[in-house]
Amino acid sequence: MKKYLVATAAIFAASLAYAGEDSTLAIEGEVFVTEVDAPEHMENVSTLYSGWTFRADETQALQLDDFDNPAFLFLDQAIDQWDTVEGSEGKSCSTCHEDVADFAGLKSTLPRVEDGELVTMTNLVNECVTDRMGAEPWKYSGAKMSAMTALIAHQSRGMTMNVAIEGDAAPFWERGKELYYTRVGQLDMACSNCHEDNYGNMIRADHLSQGQINGFPLYRLKNAKINTTHGRFKGCMSNIRATPFKEGSEEFKALELYIASRGQGLSVETPAVRN
Amino acid sequence: MKSLALATGFAAILASPLIAQDVKPMMVAFADGAVEDSLTGQAGDAAEGRKVAMGRKLGNCLACHMNADMEEQPFHGEVGPPLDGVADRWTEAELRGIVSNSKKMFEGTIMPAFYIDDGYERPLEKFEGKSILSAQQVEDVVAYLLTLKE
Ligand code: HEC
Ligand code: HEC
Repeated sequence: MKKYLVATAAIFAASLAYAGEDSTLAIEGEVFVTEVDAPEHMENVSTLYSGWTFRADETQALQLDDFDNPAFLFLDQAIDQWDTVEGSEGKSCSTCHEDVADFAGLKSTLPRVEDGELVTMTNLVNECVTDRMGAEPWKYSGAKMSAMTALIAHQSRGMTMNVAIEGDAAPFWERGKELYYTRVGQLDMACSNCHEDNYGNMIRADHLSQGQINGFPLYRLKNAKINTTHGRFKGCMSNIRATPFKEGSEEFKALELYIASRGQGLSVETPAVRN
Repeated sequence: MKSLALATGFAAILASPLIAQDVKPMMVAFADGAVEDSLTGQAGDAAEGRKVAMGRKLGNCLACHMNADMEEQPFHGEVGPPLDGVADRWTEAELRGIVSNSKKMFEGTIMPAFYIDDGYERPLEKFEGKSILSAQQVEDVVAYLLTLKE
């Protein structure tokens, strides 16, 4: 499989400029939707903005060119993993899946309900790892899983976020919504307090975004690795001094579905770059 | 002379009126969002309060509020109104109420209650049953806020 060539240039994250609100996110001529009317199910927000919008110019720039985007180093590792045999069945991903590109359209529609259960991409990958390959499950936000889910999500880059929220997804979506608006932690805040009521405002050195997940899994300069949605949720909960739910928990899966639906209409940007 | 030092220290604590007089976090009496009486019966120390307000692990007020008096600090937030001139807008009792539990003054506010130790969900274990600031720290912050006049 073709690998992504990445320039391992030094990266300078520190910057105060974030004048990029009006700029356009285009990669190799492909223009992404970073601003769009909110879907009808959103009650308090009229316009959606990609998290890219709120980042400093330098951070934004890293996402504009795949050669500069450090995430592609990790995607390359996942491409190696793709062909690596693991487990009792002597299989690799490529034994069953001809081309990872066949997964275009998956990220934009996940999480989704299967047999009454809400499943994330991580769940789907681990189903292959355990049931079909006969290997130990990969850690939810471990290096292998983050890179592989980023590689698979990348195949949907440019496609429109479009998760199902009705029918058997409805109860999960309701649960996610409830969690989104529930205050937790010693600081007693809900996701909505920062990402709905205050996006666009500075909270100390951070420019608050809408907390969208269309760019996930994404690369963060802060820890120089791929970060998952559940990892990010965990971080935000700890910051408000709340005991986070577990990665892969029913709570975080429901929250992921709800937040994905709050990004309905934005382009998938995986792998995005953040500070 | 370790035992003697310990014994005198112990006696000093017993004799101290401060500890006995601290109003417990959930016992603070609010009237229209304001708290009339000092939580400690002691005057606050404005210089100390300035440090408490600035500390990222303490008040971290700059996370949300700009404050011209702390110009030397980088990164002032814009989630709440600037603190400049708060002493012209609010009385001491109101400021004590706002710092202790701002939800009594501003319904549904994002601003954390700095002097409650119960009533919040799923705290990290190390913060369970604790208030963000102590009674004296609240008094110190109030004393500091009272210096912010325009
Ligand atoms: C005290 C404020 C605060 C609260 C409350 C909060 N967050 Fe965040 N969150 C931030 C900050 C600051 C960032 C980094 C800047 C940004 O993207 O907003 C962030 C980033 C994120 C991101 C990454 C967005 C991107 O484009 O990279 C997601 C997703 C997110 N938060 C989800 C959540 C969820 C889910 C909750 C509730 C469980 C939550 N946040 C609660 C402050 C908060
Ligand atoms: C997470 C955000 C946040 C933090 C942290 C925070 N505040 Fe606030 N504060 C607010 C908001 C928002 C308001 C406005 C009330 C409202 O509408 O919710 C406010 C209002 C106030 C007011 C009234 C201001 C006026 O002029 O009306 C004072 C005084 C105040 N805060 C002091 C403090 C102090 C002192 C600290 C730290 C010990 C602090 N705040 C920490 C968000 C915050």
